[in-house]
Amino acid sequence: MATEILMPALSPTMEEGTLAKWLVKEGDEVSSGDILAEIETDKATMEFEAVDEGTIGKILVEEGSEGVKVNTAIAVLLEEGESAEDIDTSGSDAKPDPKPEETSEAKENSTPAKAKSDEADDIPKPDTTPDWPEGTDMKTMTVREAINSAMAEEMRRDDTVFVMGEEVAEYQGAYKITQGLLDEFGGKRVIDTPITEHGFAGIGVGASWGGLRPIVEFMTWNFAMQAIDQIINSAAKTLYMSGGQMGSPIVFRGPNGAAARVGAQHSQDYAAWYAQIPGLKVVQPYSAADAKGLLKSAIRDPNPVVFLENEILYGKSFEVPVMDDFTIPFGKAKIWREGTDVTIVSFGIGMTYALEAAEKLAEDGVSAEVIDLRTLRPIDYDTVIASVMKTNRCVTVEEGFPVASIGNHITATLMERAFDYLDAPVINCTGKDVPMPYAANLEKLALTSTDEVLEAVNKVTYR
Amino acid sequence: MATRKNAKKPNVSADELKSYYRDMLLIRRFEEKAGQLYGMGLIGGFCHLYIGQEAVVVGLEAAAEDGDKRITTYRDHGHMLACGMDPKGVMAELTGREGGYSKGKGGSMHMFSTEKDFYGGHGIVGANVPLGAGLAFADKYLENNRVTFTYFGDGAANQGQVYETFNMAAIWDLPVVFVIENNQYAMGTSQKRSTSTPDIYTRGEAFGIPGEAVDGMDVLAVKEAGEKAVAHCRDGKGPYILEIKTYRYRGHSMSDPAKYRTREEVQKMREEKDAIEHVRDLLLSGKHATEDELKAIDKEIKGIVNDAAEFSKDSPEPSVEDLWTDIYTDVAPQNA
Repeated sequence: MATEILMPALSPTMEEGTLAKWLVKEGDEVSSGDILAEIETDKATMEFEAVDEGTIGKILVEEGSEGVKVNTAIAVLLEEGESAEDIDTSGSDAKPDPKPEETSEAKENSTPAKAKSDEADDIPKPDTTPDWPEGTDMKTMTVREAINSAMAEEMRRDDTVFVMGEEVAEYQGAYKITQGLLDEFGGKRVIDTPITEHGFAGIGVGASWGGLRPIVEFMTWNFAMQAIDQIINSAAKTLYMSGGQMGSPIVFRGPNGAAARVGAQHSQDYAAWYAQIPGLKVVQPYSAADAKGLLKSAIRDPNPVVFLENEILYGKSFEVPVMDDFTIPFGKAKIWREGTDVTIVSFGIGMTYALEAAEKLAEDGVSAEVIDLRTLRPIDYDTVIASVMKTNRCVTVEEGFPVASIGNHITATLMERAFDYLDAPVINCTGKDVPMPYAANLEKLALTSTDEVLEAVNKVTYR
Repeated sequence: MATRKNAKKPNVSADELKSYYRDMLLIRRFEEKAGQLYGMGLIGGFCHLYIGQEAVVVGLEAAAEDGDKRITTYRDHGHMLACGMDPKGVMAELTGREGGYSKGKGGSMHMFSTEKDFYGGHGIVGANVPLGAGLAFADKYLENNRVTFTYFGDGAANQGQVYETFNMAAIWDLPVVFVIENNQYAMGTSQKRSTSTPDIYTRGEAFGIPGEAVDGMDVLAVKEAGEKAVAHCRDGKGPYILEIKTYRYRGHSMSDPAKYRTREEVQKMREEKDAIEHVRDLLLSGKHATEDELKAIDKEIKGIVNDAAEFSKDSPEPSVEDLWTDIYTDVAPQNA
């Protein structure tokens, strides 16, 4: 059967082009791969090759023709035994293969995530179940010990869990988070890497596809910027790109944010960066109990988890429940202090300022409710919104940069879902919009502080 | 280009030769059809064809065993067909339809089949190299004696993470074959202009990784080298590098006018070095197959490719609900 040769689209954006030159004439025999014509696209002149073999029966569009629409028939190819007389040109109208049109039904159904907030007036009912049963024995533990014990427990439970990173084994961890793990689990499961973040992050993701559950430690999250392509493009997106075939059960963890006097390249909070990425889960714990319970959940999670720790918090002590198997689910904020006058929302080390401010406010007779988000993806909107519906005022606290911060996102959500309940604009306390300075006085100014939180609360309560 | 070992009689059965011919022809015809569908607007975005390089994947698949893994960059259609993935599913992914391997959500550059141990399909040049070493890391950890073929091009060979990976693969003796598909052009930049060493495999020497150059237009030479590399990995001796000198006939992608090389250069390769013609000659001159038998294979392939094209047009677009699925999973993956 004679086949039509159609004007090809030769770039992702081409809709029409010029048929610059025919390199074959009627009667020529062609085989697959032979160059038929030169086509000018919107970008360049391209050679157009034959796909099928046969004889050029008729040229329908002369060379030099401009504005030839993609999928117009430009020539007819005859198979063995056919002649030019067999050509039925009546059907030679461009019959572009139907690009399935988006149906109106489809459009109606594609509800953007935001539209789900139409139930704005519904007062959310946050999950308020306690993290551990009442009466559980408690033990004082540092955040460092909590993270260490979470990893050790999960490594005992599951042979496929291993930890890799710089100085995690023989040195016992640059911040002593992996102390003792090499002795207990051996060099096969506690692996020192060379200083090569991009490479070992990629090897970790590959290992997660190969049936293992890697914990990749970055000495600090600042160094993970070398590896961010593997975290986002490889770990976070592959489940989606594979149509659900391949998840990446991996934990990336390490200290995040400012430490003390280490300057601009070692002092950055990545909460907002990673919280933006669909496919990742993002955790930033404050207390030791949360660090332990959330890290254990992270290691068991079949999705990639970014676990943002803090060097200053490592040495801080908290009460941790003594339980055989203690985990905390993601997406559940913790109310540290109940209050009625203002809601202070924070996470990670920001909680230090939030709680200190609440203490001082209480002395002044202001009742602040303090919420620790704990996980930034998923984020527990309901707890925040329910609280603001009660207090009608909100201040957010974090150490990250101000532009596109987590606080900005919380503020936008409150405007969409609780606008009528707000009695004052939400204020975001953040790190300043400057690279972290080294000088002690400037560094202090670059971070947020308890005083700034107090000032913000005074503003939103019009005091 | 390494010279073809014409003098040596191939130590290969007629059936093997025929299967290589068939597998290479499937890739070529599939890619020609993909190019045609792209021209018709049925395939969108970027589409990188494998035409010319068929002997690389077919030769190496002949050296692989069940359970061995493979991972590559964005010029991936040939790898998928060679490891036995269904041409219908591959073509339907190119057209962005529900019947595609990724339900239409991945596209030409992002396709996977855990069933066939094909781990992508990666759009970031070089990023698949540590990922492939990671798969090999898991195999070594799980002690299952499998090997991972990690393919990348001469262009990717200049990415830093490749050498980060060479280093770790060497210190940890990972069972990974690094396959450099050197088609001589990194998009439009020739190897001469971009790469300090004429033989890229020699870069492994700095890490103590053995390697060799292979004539990538000779499927038998590729297979032989692949067997050697796989044996090295399976013996626990660590990684191996194969630099397979090959040539792509088409542009870098469908929208590449390929002005960085002459038409004569391409034509010369096609006429003198074509991998499929080479096997065809071996089959006919060795009287392993008749013209009619080969014609029957051609016809069979044409049918498969046409069926794939029809399937890729008929398969519906993914449902709008699929926009919101596969972002997170609740199911823990099985051990590979």
